[in-house]
Amino acid sequence: MAEILNHRKLGDEYHSLTIVAPEIAEAAKPGQFVNLRPPTDRSYLLRRPFSIFRVNRRGNVAATVEVVFDIRGPGTAALAAMRRHEPIDIVGPIGRSFTIPKTQHSCLLVGGGVGATPLFFLGEELQNAGKRVDVLWGAATASRLVAPIEAKRLGAVAAFTTDDGSEGHHGLITEVLGEMIERCGTEVIYTCGPRQMMASVTKIALEFGIPAQVAMEELMGCGIGVCMTCVTPVWNRDGTGIANVRTCVDGPVFNGARIAWDRYAKEEAAAALPAGN
Amino acid sequence: MPRVDLSVDLGGMKLRSPLVTASGCFASGREMSEFIDLKKLGAIVVKSMTLKPWAGKATPRMAETSSGMLNAIGLQNKGVDHFLSTDLPWLTEQKVPVIASIAGNTTQEFMQVAERLRSAPIHAVEVNISCPNLEDRNNMFAHDPQSTSAVISAVRRMVDVPIFAKLSPNVTSLTAIAGAALEAGAAGLSLINTVMAMSIDVDSAMPKVAGVVGGLSGPAIKPIAVRAVFEVHQAYPHVPIIGMGGVMDARDVIEFVLAGASAVALGTVNFINPKAGHEILSDLGQFLSSRKVGSLAAMRGQVKVEG
Repeated sequence: MAEILNHRKLGDEYHSLTIVAPEIAEAAKPGQFVNLRPPTDRSYLLRRPFSIFRVNRRGNVAATVEVVFDIRGPGTAALAAMRRHEPIDIVGPIGRSFTIPKTQHSCLLVGGGVGATPLFFLGEELQNAGKRVDVLWGAATASRLVAPIEAKRLGAVAAFTTDDGSEGHHGLITEVLGEMIERCGTEVIYTCGPRQMMASVTKIALEFGIPAQVAMEELMGCGIGVCMTCVTPVWNRDGTGIANVRTCVDGPVFNGARIAWDRYAKEEAAAALPAGN
Repeated sequence: MPRVDLSVDLGGMKLRSPLVTASGCFASGREMSEFIDLKKLGAIVVKSMTLKPWAGKATPRMAETSSGMLNAIGLQNKGVDHFLSTDLPWLTEQKVPVIASIAGNTTQEFMQVAERLRSAPIHAVEVNISCPNLEDRNNMFAHDPQSTSAVISAVRRMVDVPIFAKLSPNVTSLTAIAGAALEAGAAGLSLINTVMAMSIDVDSAMPKVAGVVGGLSGPAIKPIAVRAVFEVHQAYPHVPIIGMGGVMDARDVIEFVLAGASAVALGTVNFINPKAGHEILSDLGQFLSSRKVGSLAAMRGQVKVEG
């Protein structure tokens, strides 16, 4: 069991839990996640995976990891009700991380909604490695942008888009992405957010001839590579076939070019139909 | 604290722990070995393997339900040859009994998988007959005594190790299916597989899993599983049974043993608590010693039923 050091609201929409977990914090890399067990009775059993927002390895007491989330159901509601000093059951760090580029210098972080979370940790590590970092956050509305003030501090250029125009560009990330890439001289893109957004971001990145590392979100059963719930369809290296690989331990970060995005199109078309059709 | 004996006899296999793993909930043990010492488990029942690799179903593959987990994975696995070349050599080094779970869509496929396992260093085979039978309008093998019998006898001809038939609870007469499996040569029974179930997102009117229907696991199905173990044990008191379905703690294990289980498998709980195999074992020891019961095996089938 770990201990909650702090619970704060991050803007109007998000909760942040800072957890004392020295071993996890020391080992964690950007893009990895932790799996938290909500303190519920047996009505909701499964852990909830959260990418790591930030680690603090310089604390007075012990190193901490911080996660940011919004309330989506009973599990996250139970976590959002937790107070400082309460014990919390945490497993991590899990998964393959983003990789820091060896040769490229200019890095653009593209985050959709709460998907921006792991990009803060990544941005700090990129800066520590001497890279240029720019940020582009999109969300439905201003209050759903994750930590915009800190994002401005992080990015040499920081831009926002909102679906309702309440902050930054009125529209989608993908409408301004090309312009950002040109303006910032972007050489690598890192993205996390809704799947369709990441598919479009990958497409645009490839048109510009730059790599995109994407952090996938999938529903997880175990989060430790056992249950085969969270698979992502990935092209094999020679492009001849698609394999369902585990998002939790073979991801969550993938090369965007290797993901078989078309596989999702049919499901998404069906989900877009209103009930009754 | 007085010593308690937690070892059990499972159809001739002497297991040092009564706790085994439920197929599909432990992969082949490698991932879990980061969390627990596999040697402390009675046996590892690996993820079901098929003749060729299976890609499984589309996502979403899982939906959380009240006290349960609905899954439609579609038996994604890398095939029996991968198991033999990669997983089994590693497992053998771990010094824990291995029970190979096998699956297929035809009797022939089951037989071919079993044939490849013939000389492998495994301790038993669990036959996962909760698979659609392509030769019988996609009905599950486990839903029909003839199909059950055909698969078990086909596997029986191929391997010399004990065979456990893993039965589905979604049948009218479980004892009839159990009888068919035993008559065909099963040494024991694994009870139960997941309960067929469905969950719909009312906002999108879409099923919550891409496979439309799936199998329910977790504490939601425990009473269904306990009743299955009880009924089958009453009918066939000398047959070893691996009981499973929603076990979360030591008291759940005791409940299955009282109903008639010889060993108890941990399934969904591994996802929630990867150390469950250790913690429950230690709690079982305490439970027994606090009640001055010397042996878990002595509690088998001891539920007090009148008449």
